[in-house]
Amino acid sequence: MRWPLLLLVLFLLAFPPIASATGLEFYQGLLTKIMILALAASSLNLILGYGGMVSFGHAAYFGLGAYAVAILMREGISSGWVIWGVAVGLSALLALLIGAICLRTRGVYFIMITLAFAQMIYYLVVSFKQYGGEDGLRARRPEFGLFELTDTALYYLSLAVLAGALYLLHRLVHSRFGRVLQAIRENESRALALGYPVFHFQLVAFVLSGALAGLAGALMAHYTQYASPNLLAWQQSGHLMMMVILGGVGQFWGGVLGAATLSIVEEVLQDLTIHWQLGVGLILLFIVLFAPKGLAGLLRRRP
Amino acid sequence: MPPSLLIEQLLNGLQFGLMLFLLAAGLTLVFGIMDMINLAHGSLYMIGAYLTATFVGLLGNFWLAVLLAVLGTALVGMLLELSVLRQLYRRDHLSQVLATFALILIINEVVRIIWGSQPLLLSAPEGLSGPVELLPGLSYSAYRLTIIGVGLLVAALLFWLVNRTRVGMWLRAGASNREMAQAMGVPIRPLFTLLFGVGAGLCAVAGAFLGPILAVQIGMGEGILILAFVVIVIGGIGSIKGALVGALLVGTVDTAGRAFLPLLLSQVASPEVAANLGPALASILIYLLMAAVLFFRPQGLFPART
Amino acid sequence: MKKAIWLLVLLALGFSASLAQTRTVKVGFVSTLSGGGAALGIDVRDGFNLAIRLLGNQLGGLPVEVLVADDQQNPDVARQAVDRMLKRDRVDFMTGIIFSNVLLAVGEAIFEEKVFYISPNAGPSEYAGEQCSPYFINVAWQNDNLHEAMGQYVQTRRFENAFLLAPNYPAGRDALTGFKRFFKGKVVAEVYHRLGQLDFSAEIAQIRAVRPKAVYAFEPGAMGVNFIKQYAEAGLLREIPLFLPGFSADADVIRAVGRAMVGIYNSSQWALELNNPVNQRFVEEFRKAYGRIPTLYASQGYDAALLLDTAIKAVGGDLSKKDELRKAMLAGFNSTRGFIRFSPNGYPIQNYYLRQVIQQPGGEIVNRLVGTIFTNHRDAYVDRCKLR
Repeated sequence: MRWPLLLLVLFLLAFPPIASATGLEFYQGLLTKIMILALAASSLNLILGYGGMVSFGHAAYFGLGAYAVAILMREGISSGWVIWGVAVGLSALLALLIGAICLRTRGVYFIMITLAFAQMIYYLVVSFKQYGGEDGLRARRPEFGLFELTDTALYYLSLAVLAGALYLLHRLVHSRFGRVLQAIRENESRALALGYPVFHFQLVAFVLSGALAGLAGALMAHYTQYASPNLLAWQQSGHLMMMVILGGVGQFWGGVLGAATLSIVEEVLQDLTIHWQLGVGLILLFIVLFAPKGLAGLLRRRP
Repeated sequence: MPPSLLIEQLLNGLQFGLMLFLLAAGLTLVFGIMDMINLAHGSLYMIGAYLTATFVGLLGNFWLAVLLAVLGTALVGMLLELSVLRQLYRRDHLSQVLATFALILIINEVVRIIWGSQPLLLSAPEGLSGPVELLPGLSYSAYRLTIIGVGLLVAALLFWLVNRTRVGMWLRAGASNREMAQAMGVPIRPLFTLLFGVGAGLCAVAGAFLGPILAVQIGMGEGILILAFVVIVIGGIGSIKGALVGALLVGTVDTAGRAFLPLLLSQVASPEVAANLGPALASILIYLLMAAVLFFRPQGLFPART
Repeated sequence: MKKAIWLLVLLALGFSASLAQTRTVKVGFVSTLSGGGAALGIDVRDGFNLAIRLLGNQLGGLPVEVLVADDQQNPDVARQAVDRMLKRDRVDFMTGIIFSNVLLAVGEAIFEEKVFYISPNAGPSEYAGEQCSPYFINVAWQNDNLHEAMGQYVQTRRFENAFLLAPNYPAGRDALTGFKRFFKGKVVAEVYHRLGQLDFSAEIAQIRAVRPKAVYAFEPGAMGVNFIKQYAEAGLLREIPLFLPGFSADADVIRAVGRAMVGIYNSSQWALELNNPVNQRFVEEFRKAYGRIPTLYASQGYDAALLLDTAIKAVGGDLSKKDELRKAMLAGFNSTRGFIRFSPNGYPIQNYYLRQVIQQPGGEIVNRLVGTIFTNHRDAYVDRCKLR
């Protein structure tokens, strides 16, 4: 595990200079996007995989993070750190509100009510014409003081944030908190009987997940320099879910693996044919039917 | 506000609600009996509309085309059940969501390959393309009235099927307790396939009749699918009665919101603000309704399961 | 050994031949080719391709390569496609976008790369005024223009009031602003609905309730087809006259709606029977190549290619001379509408015509040129643009 990871990090660190020397800046952008989506997918994996909470509304936090950047920049607040604080804070607050209501329901009803809230956020944001409405809003890149946010700086920033978040998540899922969370997923009534405050454990995970998704959304806005209502749409929630399931639900690297695979597959297929979604659909269907544990599960099965 | 406007909007809400009901009915039975989330339900609606448009082009007769499209879509639905969906009954909701999401992508692309990416033209039958005078000063589209009639007819048929026939009894038994029904000798497997066929046929009816009002295009089933889910969650999963009540509620609330909220808002705000906020609030109303229903009655208005 | 050397020599020859080859012009064409707005994008694309084919697959003497992408009328998808064309394919020019909201989402990214964007359709007021760019040229019109013309016409007919309807997006708001600039009667209601809405039952009920003297609706693409059909089905077409911009009353909409369209007045910067050699050749070749009547969108796509051809010729094929290219484009070109010059903000100065949908004796339903509404008309925002 150690060696491949080290190699991967070295490769990612060395990529930008190589890319600019060989005219492959486009692929540096693609990697940036993958890292941001990996962060969002990993945040979803925390509640979906480790918490067993099938949230069909993760786009709400992701999109809110992006819109926080765009709106604050438009209103003249240009400090990146402040913007990040607001993006993360708002997403966490929203997750707290939604989580507190939704976590009272279970099963299908939980899926549907998280979707309902995400849809409400979508329509609310779209109704603000001064913030672009259905057209989205341009999101200039903020100032971070220490460095200028060029494409390359954003690449390294995304890498750093992803690495930090993964470290945090790794510590978290292997802590007592993480074990209780997984115990709740396996058998909620037993966890309750053992005296664990199930609701609070789930809510904390839900809020943390929302906050990380908000940060990913802010990075996404830096990347595309644009906050799009599509980031808030239910298809975006479905897309993030696809990544997690493709990579492996409740597998630590599931989110990263899923985001990378799906993005690369989409990129390659898009070049080959206009019917690329057919390929994506067939691959996904194959994974669900024949590899229920996702790619991470496939890799792990090998001795 | 003139009463004719109110009546016209109520008719619009009824028309939309009944079409939603056709979609929701199949969805709620599949969901209730098999405990299966089928996102690809909207794709069957799309296939129904495309088949109708194709048959109208070939045969020139709208009603015959609808009949063929319903049969064709039912066949597609049953094939889908036999080939893919059957594998998913025992899996968790997550796998079902993903697999049927994948089916949406696949079906969209197959439709694009067969029919191209431009929307197809589907017009109301010639005799129904004009207005009908309901009251003095209130004309209403004859075609929309026809839709209401067809919707009511199919709803009545469905209620008869579910409440008065043996198959219907099995369905109700399955919805309230699947294991028990199976133990009592209900032939679950063929029943499921048949159920999928019926659900797909209902989708096709909705697709065929909404096609001329909306557009026959790729992705047409996705927006309306979410609404159908809202309907069945409000109504209570597995309940046909719930689906009907939920559909009419959603149809009326949505239409009334779209029609009257901007008018109300324009009394207090500028037209552009009213135009912005009105539709947004109207769209949110439905989800607020759903969240409120779930908050007070977590199993929906008419829970089928005991 | 000998064979290997020969092979190497051949390879070297081939390589130097490829170096010696004159450079090609790469044009990125991003447009709406699927969904409700597809008819518009396909017409622009077909017009553009037709012009290039008639020019011998060259623009200004340089061989041309056109990269086509579908934006699905989705700003997000367009951003990704534009990003790919600018950064990976390094195109020299971009064109094709239909919808203003899509253009506004990608415009600045294109201008920042100092790539010219030749707009064959979308003409948002933003790019005409304060946010104008030296890299933006629109061969069609500014969004307000056709609606200004229709506002002027409805005004001359002395209707005391009108009901206005448009989708809620930049071009929709520009449209009604343009109409109101020249229509001085009372506006009984100004209704904006969601872009891409297809069921107009609520709006039609509203129109029936307020009983205006005239209705003006800007509904491009499938929205127009559905609105006009439903307006006719509701029986309103006979009671309250409907006025449209050329977008909602051209060959694509007529094909879909049919006879209900006959008699409707609409405005356009182009018409089928405009009497100039460029247009006559365009109409004839278009009908031959695609077997259908060209629309104003097709003429705009055709003109975009003609403008590029004229400008590249003027700089002798040296695409690095950006200032000269811009000057050559602004100076004008021979279009399907005759010779057209541009304002400093990149928008055309041209005539606007009144057309009426008629049924010909043979049964074919077409637009007939009725008269001229504006001559050498400019857009209303040019004074706010600092470019000279």
